Amino acid sequence: MINTCAVRVIYKYEMLRAWETLLQSFASPVISTSLYFVVFGSAIGGRIDQVEGVSYGSFIVPGLMMLALLTQSISNAAFGIFFPKFTGTIYEVMSAPVSFFEILLGYVGAAATKSLIIGLIILATAGFFVPLDIAHPVWMTAFLILTCVSFSLFGFIIGLWAEDFEKLQLIPLLVITPLVFLGGSFYSVSMLPPAWQTVTLFNPVVYLISGFRWSFFEVSDVSVGLSLAIVLMFLTTCLMVVWWMFRTGYRLRQ
Amino acid sequence: MSPIVSVTNLSKIYANGYHALKDVSLDIAQGEILALLGPNGAGKTTLISIICGLVNASEGSVTVGGHDIVSDYRVTRSLIGLVPQELTLGHFETVWNTLGFSRGLFGKKPDPAYLEQLLKDLSLWAKKDSEIMSLSGGMKRRVLIGKALSHQPSVLFLDEPTAGVDVELRKEMWMLVRRLRESGVTIILTTHYIEEAEEIADRVGIIDQGRLILVDDKQALMHKLGKKEMIVELEEPVSGVPEALTAWSLALSEDGCRLIYTYDPRQQRTGIPDLLKAIGGAGLALKDFKTTQSSLEDIFVNLVKGK
Repeated sequence: MINTCAVRVIYKYEMLRAWETLLQSFASPVISTSLYFVVFGSAIGGRIDQVEGVSYGSFIVPGLMMLALLTQSISNAAFGIFFPKFTGTIYEVMSAPVSFFEILLGYVGAAATKSLIIGLIILATAGFFVPLDIAHPVWMTAFLILTCVSFSLFGFIIGLWAEDFEKLQLIPLLVITPLVFLGGSFYSVSMLPPAWQTVTLFNPVVYLISGFRWSFFEVSDVSVGLSLAIVLMFLTTCLMVVWWMFRTGYRLRQ
Repeated sequence: MSPIVSVTNLSKIYANGYHALKDVSLDIAQGEILALLGPNGAGKTTLISIICGLVNASEGSVTVGGHDIVSDYRVTRSLIGLVPQELTLGHFETVWNTLGFSRGLFGKKPDPAYLEQLLKDLSLWAKKDSEIMSLSGGMKRRVLIGKALSHQPSVLFLDEPTAGVDVELRKEMWMLVRRLRESGVTIILTTHYIEEAEEIADRVGIIDQGRLILVDDKQALMHKLGKKEMIVELEEPVSGVPEALTAWSLALSEDGCRLIYTYDPRQQRTGIPDLLKAIGGAGLALKDFKTTQSSLEDIFVNLVKGK
């Protein structure tokens, strides 16, 4: 039987932490994304023709949302588990009658919820700058939730793995940010030279942005089925890694 | 009655090769206070960390309430409360919220009346809405105890509960521990303060270098291993122990004013009456005399030295 009380208190605690740091948690990503709209959408976008039949300002909306979702999901979940590890308060969770799945539901569920809220706020903000029609709202929601959950899981893994603040920042800064910027947030893959088009297909974020963009405008760099498969594969891999970490006690139980 | 905690052939070797526990077996009876004594690095914290699920054992098994700590971890952990050695608390939380969090983690529904009583028992009720960072060290220690008791455990582990706390708070802690025992909670505390074990424990276990050297009833231990000393104070100092008294193996104090006779109080004939007669017979004038019982500290030092 699931320890629902434990899941609820962990989830509530994490959400409360976001609420207490409202400016940092929600306002900061919204402000930075709005700046992207001002710079890329209005200032530069005004000089760029349509991309794949979509105005440039609207075209970058899914990419910008993904940029915020990925970074926020990772940092929220990573910090959520790293901080109790760092301060030592994790002892309480580890000595409580909770399974790894319940710990995940609490921490990753809260991190994914926060990212989802940020994503929806950014979407609403984008509506002030550019016209937005979402062709497939159900698919858009599905991609949104899947991305939030799978990258929160990835962040959770980073939080478990990291032994200090430097390591906590290492992967988001050196791996995730370049992958998102080079994953077609601000351009279509078809705009790249053929050789780079091939290289960029090794970037998993391309599939995420492409699928998400398809749900908005029905234009994509790769097939939507492939995008979905890649996201699900990433989610499964993260789940397996977390399961292994809990089973072996990696960085949690000596 | 079957033990509430049973440890069988427990060993722990850390990844760096450090052998923290070596084949430890121990049964803890329901409702007792067991003090685990040992120097720093003896393996006390490792032992309770394994029982509480914080460290994986290399070998051996542990049951709590008859349930295995690995296969039935939900049952065993819900029976246990743990107060760690370090003051590990979220600084920005309020006292009330942190207790509610702990209770929920252990699968218990909110019970404001119980938490209110608990905070009153811990003299923390007035601080229930205070942020933890604003509390004194002693209060933080009590918050940790409150968190450990928030889910009404049957077994409470206190890891060095009075490390670094003042004498007054230490006495308060001891009173609290006694009250908890009266309410039926089994208490296992680790300490390197001998006086703490002597003051509150029913049984004492001594760990050194990962081995449980012995576990025994505190009084029995003192009776079994404790020696008594009789100190005879003389009117005039002597330069050496007179030959007539050599049969008692007496020690002479540096100033030559005191003769010290060490004897086993369990023996039927302690030899004291004969000794007193012999002292008089040797022409020594007796000013005063007193007897002292070895403390747990003496026993502990002797055991660790003589291992």
